[in-house]
Amino acid sequence: MEHSIYLDEARDPLIIAEGWMKDGKDVAIATVVETWGSAPRPVGSHLVIDAEGNFQGSVSGGCVEGAVVAEAIDVIDTGKAKMLEFGVADETAWQVGLSCGGRIKVYVERLG
Amino acid sequence: MDPYVLKTLNEARRARRAAVLVTDLGDGRDRIVREGDHVAGDLGAAIARAFRTGNSGTVDAEGRTFFLNAHLPRPRLVVIGAVHISQALAPMARIAGYPVEIVDPRTAFATPERFPDVVLHAEWPEDVLKRQPLDSYTALAAITHDPKIDDFALKAALDAGCFYVGALGSRKTHAKRVERLLALGAGADQIARIHAPIGLDIGAASPAEIAVAILAQAIYAFRSRGLEAKGAVA
Repeated sequence: MEHSIYLDEARDPLIIAEGWMKDGKDVAIATVVETWGSAPRPVGSHLVIDAEGNFQGSVSGGCVEGAVVAEAIDVIDTGKAKMLEFGVADETAWQVGLSCGGRIKVYVERLG
Repeated sequence: MDPYVLKTLNEARRARRAAVLVTDLGDGRDRIVREGDHVAGDLGAAIARAFRTGNSGTVDAEGRTFFLNAHLPRPRLVVIGAVHISQALAPMARIAGYPVEIVDPRTAFATPERFPDVVLHAEWPEDVLKRQPLDSYTALAAITHDPKIDDFALKAALDAGCFYVGALGSRKTHAKRVERLLALGAGADQIARIHAPIGLDIGAASPAEIAVAILAQAIYAFRSRGLEAKGAVA
C-alpha cells in the first residue's frame, strides 16, 4: 500500500483533462458530489470524458461509467451541466450481484 | 469548469499546495480557494473545515448549494536518523497513511537490511532536502541525537512550515539546540514550534513506544493544525 506523495500524472483525471484541453479536445468532467450507503468511490472522485467518448478516472467501480459517459457527450454538446443520480433501483446502474447497494450523485459539467 | 480554474488547481496539486475547488451547483461557476485565503460566513467556515479534514462535500450557504472539493497534498513523514526508533516508526507511520522517508548519512545505520520497504537516503539532509524540499504537508522528526545531522534539517523544517517538527533529546539537550538554531538564524517563535522532548507524554520507554508517541504527536499536529500557521510557508 505504498502511495507516492506526488501526483500520478499519467492516471490523474484532472491532469489528463487539462492535457486533452490543450490538445484542442472538448472535455466534460464528472464529479461524485454525494454518496449514501456504501459507495465504491469517495465524494470528490472524477471521471473525465472527451467528445469521442474516451474516458479516464472513475466515479464508481465501473457500474455507472457507461451511463455517465453517454450523458457527458450530451453535456459537451449543449454546454449545460447535469446532476445525475444513481441508486440501487436503477437498472442501468447497479447490477444485481453488486454488493454496493449505495446511491451516488454525479455532477457532470463541460470544461470551458 | 473554467479552464483557467482547472489549470490553477493542477498547478497547486503538482506543487503540493492545498486548494479547495468551490463549485456553485446552481449556475456552475467555480473558483479556487487556497489555504489561508479569507472567505466570510458559513461558506468560509465550511471551506476551513474542508482544509482541516480533507473531506469534500456539498454545503448550503447564502441560499445556494456549493460543492467543495478538497485537494490536500498527501501528508508525509521525513525522519532524520536511521536508528532503532525509526525501525518501528517507519512501518507504523505507513500503516497510519503517512509515507515515510528516512535520511541518515551514516551508511552503517541506513541499510536496506535494517529498513526493508522504506525509502532510505544514506546521505546528508542538506543533499536530500535540496532535491526534495520540505513543505507544509511534511512532518519532520529529527532523532539522530547528532547536531551535525539534525540541526540543518530542523532549521529547514521550520523555514518550510512543516506541520510537525520534533527533535529527540532531553530538555538540557534541547536548550543547547535552541542556542545553535538561534545562531543559524532561526527566530525564537519558530524554534518554539519544535516538539522537544519529542513525542506525546505517554511514558514511552522502549524505542517502539517512543515511535508510537512520535506518530501520535505528528497526527495530532496534522489534524489540529491551524490555518494561520501556514503563513510560515516560504
